[in-house]
Amino acid sequence: MTGSLRIEAQVQRGPRARFTYDDRPVDAYEGESVAAALWANGVGHATDCAGQWPSSDMPDRGPPWRVLFCMMGVCQQCVVVIDGIHVEACRVLVRAGLDVRSV
Amino acid sequence: MKKNGSDIVVLGAGPAGSAAAVEASALGLYVTLFDENPVAGGQVYRQSPGIRSTASSQEQVQGDALGAALTASTVDKCFEHRVWQVERLQSGFAVHAVGPEGPVVREARALIVASGATERQFPIAGWERQGVLSLAGATVLIKSQRMLPGRNVVVAGSGPLLMVVAAAIIEGGGTVAAVIDANPRRAWWADMGALASRPDLLARGAGWIRTLVAHRVPMLFSHVLRRIDGNPAVSRVEAVPIGAGGAPLPDAQALSIQCDSVCTGFGLLPSTDVTRLVGAAHIFDAVRDTWQVKIDADQRCSLAHLYACGDGTGVAGAAAAPWQGRVAALAAAHDLGILSLGVAVEKMRPARRQRDIAARFGMAMARLANVRPNMVEGITDATVVCLCEGITRATLDAAIDLGCVTQNDLRSATRCGMGPCGGRLCEDVTSRLIAARTGLSRQVIGQPTGRPPLRPVDLNTLAGTFDYDSLPMAQPSPL
Repeated sequence: MTGSLRIEAQVQRGPRARFTYDDRPVDAYEGESVAAALWANGVGHATDCAGQWPSSDMPDRGPPWRVLFCMMGVCQQCVVVIDGIHVEACRVLVRAGLDVRSV
Repeated sequence: MKKNGSDIVVLGAGPAGSAAAVEASALGLYVTLFDENPVAGGQVYRQSPGIRSTASSQEQVQGDALGAALTASTVDKCFEHRVWQVERLQSGFAVHAVGPEGPVVREARALIVASGATERQFPIAGWERQGVLSLAGATVLIKSQRMLPGRNVVVAGSGPLLMVVAAAIIEGGGTVAAVIDANPRRAWWADMGALASRPDLLARGAGWIRTLVAHRVPMLFSHVLRRIDGNPAVSRVEAVPIGAGGAPLPDAQALSIQCDSVCTGFGLLPSTDVTRLVGAAHIFDAVRDTWQVKIDADQRCSLAHLYACGDGTGVAGAAAAPWQGRVAALAAAHDLGILSLGVAVEKMRPARRQRDIAARFGMAMARLANVRPNMVEGITDATVVCLCEGITRATLDAAIDLGCVTQNDLRSATRCGMGPCGGRLCEDVTSRLIAARTGLSRQVIGQPTGRPPLRPVDLNTLAGTFDYDSLPMAQPSPL
């Protein structure tokens, strides 16, 4: 799915910006949310929802594995660590050189 | 820490909150507006600052107009501020937020809550997988990020948003594997009277359907997803027909559909977290099947100097929202003593009328997204209900059998709804599970207690920087 999820028609994107996710380079555009940029690059991660995962009900299942769900700062499934602070990736805009880490 | 007083604080810069703030400031009140997004518009007119769609859409025009009215006003605009606590004071309210410059506390004589709605989710076996996203999240992805949720997408749930998202995926160059609506096709015709009051929107709806038909998208009514498979990302779903009440039909043949993404959602839930936190009264709306804050005809809540407008007062849509906001601002201005009763009533009359006309259409749309009463029967024991804490239906049912009859009970017994999302994704369905197993009504089951933080905030940021040596320390007592 890499790259091809961006709609090409009827859009003006910001300048290209490369950031890192767990030290891996991710190519994106300024103005995109970090969550959307990770999504477009096919990145997934276990969410911050440690809770009972994997619970005794489901010993074979780890926590939810994804980078986005609600896209409006509610569900907390896209949480990453940026500058040492836990933050929803859907609420942070991409900047060149951003150091994004999975929880 | 910044601390200041305002006449009115407005929470939420969507169409309702923005209109309330502009109206109140035009009447000479000092208004502070908080929103966690970088620009006004809320979810309906949501834009990303760096990405500009070059197609002119109705939303973009209306969103731009709303932003321009705010810019031209004297409203003190606090964007990128996340409100995490609201306190009731002896006279008024104190709003605590975290902004780009750190923590902020703003006191106000009156509070207008316009915190909108979140999407209602209904758990599906396997919905924790990569590639499953909310229907509302898909609209954000497509509209404000200009990005597809997948190359081959199943759009499943209930209501008009299914058609919006499916048509947008096709227009964006993706493929829709199927549209799956839990409601029967005839639900659309049942509400046609109210829908016909907005021929412009009805025509847009017809346009979406035309797009889907032209691309031969399979549309399954009275169907739900039974499971979502894939490891770790989605690769396939199973859809099954449901009966009129919403329960799965016995011996029904499941339909297997290949896909790389699933967008799912079941209408909107009014956000009541702020109004619950301050202790306002709420009502259960049996027609829309949701809890919402209780208001009078002028948007006043049950507490003095507290007002609510927009979808938090019961989903009525973006057209009704600005009129609700205007009425709330006029009521607040009168209650704060700057507008006589006669002038207030005179100004309110047209706004109230417009509000009620627009709300009829919005309510009909909301009804189309209702969850059918017996749909909970289709949730399997192993399905995860609380995504944050990984809690299954079996665990919740066991707790209910042991005597849990409220959401607070379930929180204590299982931690369901105690994770980082604060229960926003599961509190609707957990109350349905309690109702199904105990026979209690949703009114009796109620809502969970509202508690801070309203949204997660970083404790280091709240604490700020300080020098340990400057903390007052008691002298150790002599031995």
